Order: sequence, then structure tokens, then C-alpha cells
Amino acid sequence: MSETLLSVKNLEAFYGDFQALFGVSLEIGAGEVVAIVGANGAGKSTLFKTIAGQIPSRRDAVTFAGEPIGGLRAHDIVRRGVALVPEGRRLFRSLSVQENLQIGGQAGRKGAWTLERVYGLFPALRERRAQPAAELSGGQQQMVAIGRALMSNPKLLLCDEISLGLAPIIVRDIYARLPMIVAEGTSLAIVEQDIVQALAASTKVYCLQEGRVALAGASQSVTREKIAAAYFGV
Amino acid sequence: MSAQAAHIETATRASRIGVVAIALALAALAAAPFLTDGANLSLLAQIYAYLALATLWNLLAGFSGLVSVGQHAWVGLGGYGLFALTIFGGLHPFAAIPVAGAVAALAAVPVAGLLFRLRGSYFAIGSWVVAEVMRLAASQISALGGGSGTSLPVRVVASIAASRQEREFAVYWSALALVVAILALTIWLLRSRWGLSLRAIHNNELAAVSNGVEVARVRLFVYVLTAAGTAMIGALIFLQKLRISPDAAFSVNDWTAFVIFITVIGGVGRIEGPVVGVVVFFVLRQTLADLGTIYLMMLGLVAILVMLKAPQGVWGLVADKWGVEIVPLQRRVIYAKSAPGEPASARKEEPKP
Amino acid sequence: MDWLNSIVQGVLVGGLYALFAAGLSLIFGVMRLVNIAHGDLIVLAAYLALATTQTLGVGPLGSLLVIVPLMALIGYTLQRFVLNRTLGEDLLPPLLVTFGLSVILQNGLLQVFTADSRKLQAGLIETASIPIAEGLSLGVLPLLQFIVAVAVIAGLQALFYNTPMGRAFRATSDDPSTAQLVGLDNRHVFGLAMALSLAVTAVAGVFLGVRANFDPSIGPARLIFGFEAVIIGGLGNLWGTLAGGIILGVAQAVGAKLDPGWQLLAGHLAFLFILAIRPQGLFPRVQD
Repeated sequence: MSETLLSVKNLEAFYGDFQALFGVSLEIGAGEVVAIVGANGAGKSTLFKTIAGQIPSRRDAVTFAGEPIGGLRAHDIVRRGVALVPEGRRLFRSLSVQENLQIGGQAGRKGAWTLERVYGLFPALRERRAQPAAELSGGQQQMVAIGRALMSNPKLLLCDEISLGLAPIIVRDIYARLPMIVAEGTSLAIVEQDIVQALAASTKVYCLQEGRVALAGASQSVTREKIAAAYFGV
Repeated sequence: MSAQAAHIETATRASRIGVVAIALALAALAAAPFLTDGANLSLLAQIYAYLALATLWNLLAGFSGLVSVGQHAWVGLGGYGLFALTIFGGLHPFAAIPVAGAVAALAAVPVAGLLFRLRGSYFAIGSWVVAEVMRLAASQISALGGGSGTSLPVRVVASIAASRQEREFAVYWSALALVVAILALTIWLLRSRWGLSLRAIHNNELAAVSNGVEVARVRLFVYVLTAAGTAMIGALIFLQKLRISPDAAFSVNDWTAFVIFITVIGGVGRIEGPVVGVVVFFVLRQTLADLGTIYLMMLGLVAILVMLKAPQGVWGLVADKWGVEIVPLQRRVIYAKSAPGEPASARKEEPKP
Repeated sequence: MDWLNSIVQGVLVGGLYALFAAGLSLIFGVMRLVNIAHGDLIVLAAYLALATTQTLGVGPLGSLLVIVPLMALIGYTLQRFVLNRTLGEDLLPPLLVTFGLSVILQNGLLQVFTADSRKLQAGLIETASIPIAEGLSLGVLPLLQFIVAVAVIAGLQALFYNTPMGRAFRATSDDPSTAQLVGLDNRHVFGLAMALSLAVTAVAGVFLGVRANFDPSIGPARLIFGFEAVIIGGLGNLWGTLAGGIILGVAQAVGAKLDPGWQLLAGHLAFLFILAIRPQGLFPRVQD
């Protein structure tokens, strides 16, 4: 077992009066790829948003690289090395492709990822670098969103639904690049609807159900039946 | 609990006590000319004017989301309307007041047509431009003294009433009648279907559109109505002053800044807010006005602090803490289980925001 | 030639109005904030320049070295400690807080500097002019003011589209919550935007003070000129504000030529006319 990078303990999260997470605990080790699966509304995106600082939490509920980061503001958490690729990509529409990538680099963290390396990872972006990000296809926009997050040289990259609304061939293409990201020393956590894809890409899997962890284990050892049971609570 | 077992009430125990108290207070205020001297009467009439202006601004900004910082346009238009209608039109001053209101309503329609093209905050400054245009236009009217203004001719003053004391009484009573009418109209409006639409607009414009509420028409109606009311108050203010000039009539400090501060300090978006605000404002003014500029700076500072620390205003703090509503605007469903006449156990139909 | 002269002077004054407008447009673009105290801050800058010229013995242009950073600092502080707390869905708090600020500034200036008219003395340059043709000459000072306005707008444009800070402004304007996800601290970015806005305001204030008399009450009219230039030019377009300023300046000059009492009225009417026929302005960029 590798050294723990992120540890979430007993995390609770609220939207106003509505509680979305009930005591979620999980760990992500250095160099790991962790998949978070679960039905719609199970709290997967909420979990990522809370880790990334978009939803407040208790200070000691989230520990990253040995330091409590729960409840810090999002920009502070990025600078400490946790980057989120948000659901729906959320590119800056008045910025060009290259500017979207550059702004990711403004967090000021040094590391392997540069504009050149991102273009190396996603060559399709290089020729479109001067275009407004909004003009790109969905798959290319997703590449920009991942590249933008990588530009902050995160130690942990959280990818929320990166295959949403994309053609299977594009999804396969994007997933094929993830090992190159891990090879640069970045751990990954992915929220994914497609269980087969999630299990194939990850080393460890957590299944959330109604705001609680219903199942956790190594991706190879988990059967689809067990996941289905955890998914629907049967 | 079935729907048949419930009825809808808008009254609370506090509001019933309030009605009696308000009736008594009104009787006392109506008798004030026989109880006090001219200086106090004049002060009371000013208080009524500010209460009415603040109530109208509150209706506009607090309830309809039309944040105007140019209400001095309508005060000035009303004042100039009174002077023009009495001097050139030969109207009796008390007839000129409603006519000035109607003139303002007519003018407000095209003005709204222009201003409503500006979204949100820019609407605010646009409304100020309109006031500037009116001020500059007024200073071009040489028959009313141009930039230096004019006094109401003696024959017009004399037509109000024969003696000075009778004039003071007449102006006082018309100020009282006008503020009561404006308050009653505002409360009635906010409790009507229009009021529901207004709050729908204020809370969520998009939802209101999809609910079929015709946002533009409701807004236009409120804008025109407040312009007319503000102009009538303006006419009355300058009937009391007997002298008008562009700078006094279209003063942003007197007719917009103070009015906004009163409403903010009392509580924006609450009927009782301007009442509380106007009391605070006049208490401060009577005790601190000698400080001049320092007083105005303090007033600005208080308004900023209220907006930052307690945006619900003084009345909002009281009402939220004790659950008091003198003028309830919310409809509440009273279930048959709780006997009628015990509204204390009433359930609110809508949760507190 | 008389008319041409009026129009040329109007164009040059338009540069000053563009400076009023640029600061206003900038903060609206970045954070959708409309600062009602903007005009009073311009007047504040003029008074600070006056105090600087008197205490340090420098000229008005030299005072810019002090006033620009000072106003930027005031802007950053104001944004971080006051205005950031007012930003949100509700329109009322920013409007009312800046409105309160406007009243405080006007009366504060009145308290410190009295209601007397003041002027910044720039010396010989004030009367120098370049003859162009019979009956038409360009004042050196108005010309300089116009050139500075163009340079400031060009500089802002370059900053917005070619620097990391400009990228941060645009990204935060597009989507403030995602901007936080890429490491931008909104509160700091907004502080920088207000600092920049008031730095421009400082330049505007100094030229205002050199050009004509000023007193504590003239701020709101400067706010209105700037606002009109923004709307005429089209929201979110910096070069548009220059066009808007020029149109306003020319309208006022033409109005004044017809009748001195018509100067301001003509400017406002030009604004209302454009609002009536083209509410999005002549060169719009930002929606809403």
C-alpha cells in the first residue's frame, strides 16, 4: 500500500438544510487511480466539490499531504496541489484554448506540466490554441478542462464525469491518456457513470449510495454483482 | 388535514392590535393643529412627506427590484408642475396636486420605456440622468425664474386659505391625507395579486416569467404609480415651501439620498421599514443636524453599516427577533384544528427565507 | 470654422469622458459592480492631486506619480474591506453602499476643503496651443489629455488581452466559481480590478482639475458622463467607451454652441437618443 495522499474522514456536506454526505471516509494513495461510482444523487460530485473547497466542510474532515485542508477556500486548495476538472467542463468562454490552459498555470505551482507538455498529451489542442474554447467539440473541450487542471501541476487530480455527453470513441481516447498523467506522479480520482470503464481505469473503487460509502475495495477484486448491489442498495 | 379544513388569513394578533393603535394615532395626528404650534406642524408635515417618499421608493426598489436613485426627478416635476399649473393654468393649488401627479404618470411612461432598457444597476444611474435632464430643462423655463427659481405668487398663496394659520392647517391636513392614502394604497397593492407578482419578480425574475407573470407590465405599472405619488408629494412639499428652484426641486440629497437612507435604516422590502426609518432619521436630524456635513457623513456611514451588517434594517431585526408583523403581507393557512381567533398558532404557508 | 473648432474641442473633451468611463466599465466588466461613488472618487483624486502639488511643490502631471498608486491602494482596500461584502445576487447592497460612500466622500471633501472652487495650476502649458488653420487651433493641454486617454485605453486593452492579470479578470468575469478552481482568489482579483479602476480615475481626476474648476459637489455629474459614455459605446468594450466619450463631448460642444445653457442638456439628450435607438450601445461586447 502506497503512502496516503488524501484522507477523508467522516465527511458531512450540506446544501443549505439538505444533507448530501453522511460521514464519508476514504483514502487515496500516491500514484493511485481511485474510481468513485454510484447512482445519480449518491453524492459523488458533492464529494469532489467538498474536497476542492467549493462546499464548506470541517477542517479535519479532509487531510491532504498530512495537512488538514477541509473548509479552506477553493483557490487555496488548488495551490496546495488538488485540482478539480469540474462536471460540465466549465471552460472560460471569453478565453482562447491556450488562455484557458495558461490560466490553469497561474496557480504558481512548479512541475512537469507546461503548455508544451499539455499539447503533447492532447495534440488536437495545439492547432486550435487560438480559438475561443467554446468553439471546440465536446471531446476537445474536455481535453482543455483536463489540461487546464494539469497546468496547476496537481499532486491529486479529481475528474468529475469526464465522459459525460461524449462519444464512446472519444471517451476511450481520453481514458487512454490518463496513465500518462499518473506516470508524471499525479494521483487520480475519477467520478464515472460507466462501471466497466471505471473499474478498468482504476486501482481502487468506492461506491457511494445516498451519501454514504456502500462499498470499497481493489478494482480487480470487486465483482460487478457486488457493485450492482452497492449501487442500488439491494 | 384536508384543504377544506383550512382557510387563509393575512391578519395576526399584532396586526389587529396594530389596526386599533393606528386608528387612535391617526385621530391624534388629525387633531394636531389644535394641539401644537406652527413649527411642529411644519415638522410633522415634513415627516409625512418623507414617510410617503420612502414608502414609494420601498415599493419600487424593495418590492419590485427597480432600484432608482433618481426619484428626485419626480419630486421636482411635481413641484414645478404645481407652480406651472397654478401660475399659468390658474388651478387651485389643491387641484393642482393630483393634476401634477397625473402629469408625472404620463411622463413616466416614455421614461420607463427608455430606462427599462438598462439592466439592474445601470437602471439606477439612468434614473439619475432623467432627473438631471429635468433639472436642466427646468432651469431653461424663464417664466419660472430659470436657474434661480421663483416664489408662489401672493394671489395663489391667498387662494389656499384666507389666513396664514388656516393655510398651515390645510397644508398639514393634505399632507396627512396624502401619506395615509399612499400607505394604504401601497399596503393594498402588496396584498393584492399585483403584490404577489411583485414578490415573484423580486425573488426570481426568470421563474416569474415562466409563471406567466408579465414582468414588464407589473414593473411599468409600479414605476408609473410611484412617479405619480412621488410627484404629488413633491407638489405638496413646494406648496409648503412656497418657493422653488431647480437645485432645490431636483436635489439628489434631499429627495433621493435621505429617502434611501430612511428606507435602508428602517428595513428595505418591509412595509414598516420606512416608518421606523423616518423616526430614526428625524430624531438624528433634530439632534445632530447642527453638525452639518459630519451629520451627513454619519448618515451615509450608518446606511452602509446597516446594509453590510443588518441588511434587513432596524425593523427587520425587531420583527425577526420577536416575530412581529404589524402589516402582514404573507398569506398564511389556518388549519381548522386551531380554533379561529387563535392566530398565534397559525402556520406560515411559506417558509422564512 | 467656428463649428469645426467646437467639434474638435468636443472630441478632445471626449477623451476625458472616456477616462471617466474606462474605470467604470472595467469594474462592471470584471464583477458587474456599478460604483455610484465613481464620480466622487474622481473628485477625490483631484483634491489629492491639489494637496500633493501644494505640499511637494510638484506640478499636476508630476503629482500623478503619487496619486495613481495612492488611488490604486485606496481602491484595493475599499474593495477588499467593503465592496467585496456587497457582491452577490442582490443588486441593492452594492448600489446602496456605493451611494452611501458617495455621500460620505462629498461631505468629507466639503469638511476638509470647503465648498470653494479649486483648480490645479499647470503653468504655461495651459494656454499653449498649436494653430492648425485660420480660426482653428488645438490647445496643447486638451491634446495631451486626449493622447493620454487614448494611451490609457490602449494600455488597459493590452492588459486585458495580453497579460496574466487580464486573463484572470476575464476568467473571473466569465465564471467566478470556476475561477476559484484554477487558483484565482476572487476577492484579490476584484481588489486588483478596483485598484486599476481607481488608478485610471486618478489620471482622470488630475486632468479634470487642470482643465476646469472643481468643488466637492461635482462628482455625480462626472459619474453620469462616464456612465453615458459607457452606454453609448456599448458595455464591456474599452474602445467603445472612447467612442462614447467623444460622442458625448461633441454633443455637449454642439449644444453649447447653440446656447450656453444647452451644453449639458445636449449631452444627456444624445445619450437618451442612442438609448432609444440602440439600447445595446454602438459597439457592445458583454451581454447582460
